Amino acid sequence: MTQIDIEKGAAAASPYVPKMARIVAAEQMTETERFFRLEMEGEPLVYEPGQFVGVTVFGVGEAPISICSSPTQGDAFELTVRNVGLVTNALRGFETGGRLGIRGPFGNGFDYDAMKGQDVLFVAGGLGLAPTRSLIRYVLDKRDDFGKVTILVGARDPNLLLFREELAEWVEQSDADTLVTVDQPDKDWKGNVGVITRLFKQVEMDAARTYAVIVGPPVMFKFAVLEALARGVPEHRIICSLERHMKCGVGKCGHCQIRDVYVCRDGPVFTYEQVKRLREGI
Amino acid sequence: MLPQVLKTSDLGAWVEALMAESRVAAPVLKETSVSDPTDLKFGWEYVADPADVRLDYTVTVLGPKKFLWPPRQKLLQYHLGARAEPEAIIDHEPHVLFGVHPCDITAIGTLDAAFAKDVPDPHYLARRSDTAIIGLDCGAPCDESSFCLDMGSLYPESGFDVMLTPLGDAYFVEVATRRGEALVEAAAVRPATKQDMEAHQAFAEEKRSNFHYKLPYELKYLPEILDASYDSLIWEAIARRCFSCGSCNIVCPTCYCFDVYDEVEADLTKGCRVRRYDSCQLDPFAEVAGGENFRQDRSSRLRHRMFRKGKYILEQTGRAGCVGCGRCERACVAGIGIKDTYVQIAGRQ
Repeated sequence: MTQIDIEKGAAAASPYVPKMARIVAAEQMTETERFFRLEMEGEPLVYEPGQFVGVTVFGVGEAPISICSSPTQGDAFELTVRNVGLVTNALRGFETGGRLGIRGPFGNGFDYDAMKGQDVLFVAGGLGLAPTRSLIRYVLDKRDDFGKVTILVGARDPNLLLFREELAEWVEQSDADTLVTVDQPDKDWKGNVGVITRLFKQVEMDAARTYAVIVGPPVMFKFAVLEALARGVPEHRIICSLERHMKCGVGKCGHCQIRDVYVCRDGPVFTYEQVKRLREGI
Repeated sequence: MLPQVLKTSDLGAWVEALMAESRVAAPVLKETSVSDPTDLKFGWEYVADPADVRLDYTVTVLGPKKFLWPPRQKLLQYHLGARAEPEAIIDHEPHVLFGVHPCDITAIGTLDAAFAKDVPDPHYLARRSDTAIIGLDCGAPCDESSFCLDMGSLYPESGFDVMLTPLGDAYFVEVATRRGEALVEAAAVRPATKQDMEAHQAFAEEKRSNFHYKLPYELKYLPEILDASYDSLIWEAIARRCFSCGSCNIVCPTCYCFDVYDEVEADLTKGCRVRRYDSCQLDPFAEVAGGENFRQDRSSRLRHRMFRKGKYILEQTGRAGCVGCGRCERACVAGIGIKDTYVQIAGRQ
């Protein structure tokens, strides 16, 4: 680095200062997941499906959260937050009208341009539906740009299903095939039962022209990738989004590093071909 | 500017003059071993009395990194309540680091690259741009742990404003930057004579003969040698001794991973966001909130550090991730050395 780089960087704006956003809708989606629609107080957030933001609860801290909406939905953006830590726990207390700090968006997002004209198979397990929904919504809003669309959604039990009303709409939609399954049904459940990979049997696909977008817990990812590979989807067309511990979002703090890759900057979206090379990926 | 010469007896007056202009930090003696009076522990401290400056130091326990990259640094402050109004805290004041060895000059260059590339980090860079570096050349290795020659940090070409070379009762003073020129104005220097220049050359020749390669291969092969060793059992074997204590990270002059957390003032009106050193060797470093840990095994964490030092940082920043200072080996209670590790993996697949 030259002295000029150092001096220019010394005068740069800090990348760690959040901007303020206002909650325009908040809803407890399940016992552990809370949904927020937010609007930036200044310039709207310009983002791509698959990116994430740093969410600040002032006085508590910051956590990285996937954006679950698509930019085709307008200036507001949406988050689905699972209550697992200090910040996400504090978020339970936030209602419409509340204010949060937002940094980002960070990360690469899904390469939807590459998927245009191709078939897209979504496989979303548990909270994996949140980042996947950003791309599902994009694809459904730009439906004519894509080929056949198949959406597979799985959850442990019916009470843990996210976006239930929207799932019902997708199931009704004639231009997309949506299948929902739960591992442990309750007595009111009338749909599919079993792990998400079982749904593959019901899916007809032209593997050579399919992109498989697979997001979920590591154990689901492994088996879903196996199914996709078995059906002949090429490794570079299997797409996933990785979850990692993150503190900075700008490739400095080191927490999200997998080998030579910073998930916050080079990801969180990777192809299976890339993940396989990383080895420590899943 | 042509080289100058400063008598050793005039050094204190120079330090004093620098102290009048800015904060001056230099190596000082911290501790002498009770059992072995020759075992001296040096540290970097702000100079209170120029007589404390020990330019005869070998290596400090911690490098001068802390003045540029404090162990704990406030990043921003905000109000609690309806109006948070977060604002960045970027505090810096003129500093002079006096007597920095080549390895630490090189290490600062790595930090510069890490914090300046892609998204610049003004919290580090503002301190860095306000810091002058007066280097001190090494004529002989500190001890067995160092391997600066191998890691290419023994002959830095930039990253300092002034370079001092000890020539018996005087210092050969080379000025590298305009800032260095201003610093030297305060010193009672005289232009170097032909004899001084000869003495400087003799020092350089002796330096070259005192340092020997300790790795069985050239630095340029290290990334590939590491790659080839990825699946080797060597990592598990070395990790059996590792306590995952993170001492290696704490003493490393190029480690820059950090944790971020928020603090609230006692009257609950204000809060701030702080970053502090973190360690990739600690168990929760890569653990996500749900409990999944992507480097749960000690061996995978140890391997990650060795790869980061020998390969990733180099590839990311173009600067050495390890400068061969040997501090991590000296600090390791289990006697794990980065040099020995890089020797052990040679030729293994």
